Amino acid sequence: MTAEATTEARQLPYILAITEGVRQSLQEYDTSFLAGEDVGLAGSVFRIYKGLYAEFGPERVIDSPISEAGLIGLGVGAGATGLRPMIDIMFSDFIGECMDEIANQLAKTRYMFGGKTTLPVTVLTMGGGGINLAAQHSQSLEAWLCHIPGLKVMMPATPHDVKGAIIAANRDENPVFVIMNKASLGITGEVPEEPYAVNIGEAIVRREGSNFTIVAIGRMMHEAMTAAEILEKDGIDVEVIDPLTLQPLDTETILTSVRKTHRALVVHEAVRFGGIGAEIAAQIQENAFDDLDAPVGRIGAPFSPVPFSPPLEQAYLPNAQKIADGVKDLIGLD
Amino acid sequence: MELTKDILLDLHRRMVRIRHFEDEAGKLSESGQMPGALHLYVGEEAVAAGVMVHLSDEDQITSTHRGHGHLVAKGGDFKQMYAELYGRSTGYNKGKGGSMHIANVDAGMLGANGIVAAGPPIAVGAGFSNKYRGTKNVAVPFFGDGATNEGSFHEAANMAAVWKLPVVFVCENNGYGEFTPQAEHQAIKDITDRAAGYGMPGIQADGMDAIAVWEAAGEAIERARNGEGPTLLECKTYRYYDHVGRSGIGLEYRSDEELDEYRKEDPIPKIEKHLIDNNVLTADEIQAVHDGILAEIAEAIKFAENSPLPDPSTVTEDVYYTG
Ligand SMILES: Cc1ncc(C[n+]2csc(CCOP(=O)(O)OP(=O)(O)O)c2C)c(N)n1
Ligand SMILES: [Mg+2]
Repeated sequence: MTAEATTEARQLPYILAITEGVRQSLQEYDTSFLAGEDVGLAGSVFRIYKGLYAEFGPERVIDSPISEAGLIGLGVGAGATGLRPMIDIMFSDFIGECMDEIANQLAKTRYMFGGKTTLPVTVLTMGGGGINLAAQHSQSLEAWLCHIPGLKVMMPATPHDVKGAIIAANRDENPVFVIMNKASLGITGEVPEEPYAVNIGEAIVRREGSNFTIVAIGRMMHEAMTAAEILEKDGIDVEVIDPLTLQPLDTETILTSVRKTHRALVVHEAVRFGGIGAEIAAQIQENAFDDLDAPVGRIGAPFSPVPFSPPLEQAYLPNAQKIADGVKDLIGLD
Repeated sequence: MELTKDILLDLHRRMVRIRHFEDEAGKLSESGQMPGALHLYVGEEAVAAGVMVHLSDEDQITSTHRGHGHLVAKGGDFKQMYAELYGRSTGYNKGKGGSMHIANVDAGMLGANGIVAAGPPIAVGAGFSNKYRGTKNVAVPFFGDGATNEGSFHEAANMAAVWKLPVVFVCENNGYGEFTPQAEHQAIKDITDRAAGYGMPGIQADGMDAIAVWEAAGEAIERARNGEGPTLLECKTYRYYDHVGRSGIGLEYRSDEELDEYRKEDPIPKIEKHLIDNNVLTADEIQAVHDGILAEIAEAIKFAENSPLPDPSTVTEDVYYTG
């Protein structure tokens, strides 16, 4: 990206990268607005939109009633009639409240209308666990969304990518979910000041390696990077791939890596059964079976809701050590 | 319905139990000793107490994210409550639920809830069950002003009305949904305006006055028990602390003057004045009530802190009934 070369490397925490992504999106299109519960005056309970209400006013940064179905419907109707809505669903767990608007309206309208409408709607929502918020505020539900044709789904892990994902989503003519991560709000990284978009549907090789591929989704990317360091001490040279977008999935980048390393493990925070890791593992096995030296492994949460108690939640969530152990298992080391 | 001395003492006691329980929990959360997020009920005690005095363990309630007060008023045991907030295996939910899911089904408390307005439809189910099983029990969903903007609330109210179910919808209108004032989230001031739209009576009570709530709730619960269908009871109230925790995220969204106004209406000193004026209790006896409850709380906190954390192997237990 040429833009990056011309800019001093500026460090920004994930939380402020979100703010900047939304700010620049609102600047880029007069037709864009942000609506959600407590996004205005409060700047969201996560303070991710702090300052935007003062800057853009209540016409464009809109505090809504607690009505998630209404909010997604607002996006569909406004998006179909010339606006470019950004809708915040505070916790991704609350998509249950608006699943019809998401699955039957937002996702399908264009198709059902024979391609005669576009819905340039961005849905911003906060996912993931790790901070003791229990079963209804900690889930990773990306697989629900990826299963619905018509939606795009992104899970940015870094400050750079969350800003770029928000801008990319807002520029896209399709409905795009940007699932942010609440346990990553304090993570700092390089974020160029000018507006930029990451490429939707393009995975990122976070670390090159020759012996093993870890495909790690969302926050698990950071855990996988730590796992790679642990494994390096055992002489295992790990490549870490961050899909960034789950729908559409960049299968090619993953396959290229696996063809080189011959082994792969997919990691996500979501429940393992029926998680997106199952799709990725299936795609690898379908397309690179002859290149594999071992079955494709998967690490995810056990088949239970997210528990509240800290030691239970720690046992529940995947982490660097569990990932490193998983890799060794697949290689046959212990 | 006669306001006896016993009822007055009961109302007072339930409110003081909630107040001290919440204050101590708030402090423990603030000092980082207690994990998770706590939505404190302080200021709104009159609502839980005024309603719960009418209910037995066979009557059900559903609660909200702000649920400790409801459970305390429904007879919740301090030890099991603090243990749950601490995430200990001796807690009501074995540490699996925490503040936002604390429950005691045995006493008809069908759970705090992390999903706004999840309670009313569940209470409709409980009310249906009461009627189906031929009992005289009622189900009472508690919910906030903000919750009345969710579709689930409207669906529940309509179903209860059309099926004449024994459900009393208790709205705790504290003027805010998180940080958004009521005037910015709905175009009405009185939630009871909506009752007519469902075909049920809507009544109001001063939610800062336990006796007023007790009177209004008594009438509605009586109607429900007699098979005359649901009521929407709106209690105008106020929360003294922030949306989450005592001091919250330090946002200025309401004025100190407004808070002061409601502090003057504190339901606990209010009923204590009534108790003294009517020679029910002396100031010393009132102090003894507080002291006794505080001692019970200190012991409960000790119990919780000394309780074991759940074993990690229990993570996948209780997902399904397995016999
Ligand atoms: C479905 C859903 N949407 C949003 C939230 C986030 N949230 C938690 S409490 C709350 C405000 C609720 O306001 P109200 O119903 O008035 O209850 P109060 O907090 O004032 O007691 C919101 C928006 C949630 N938990 N669930
Ligand atoms: Mg409220």
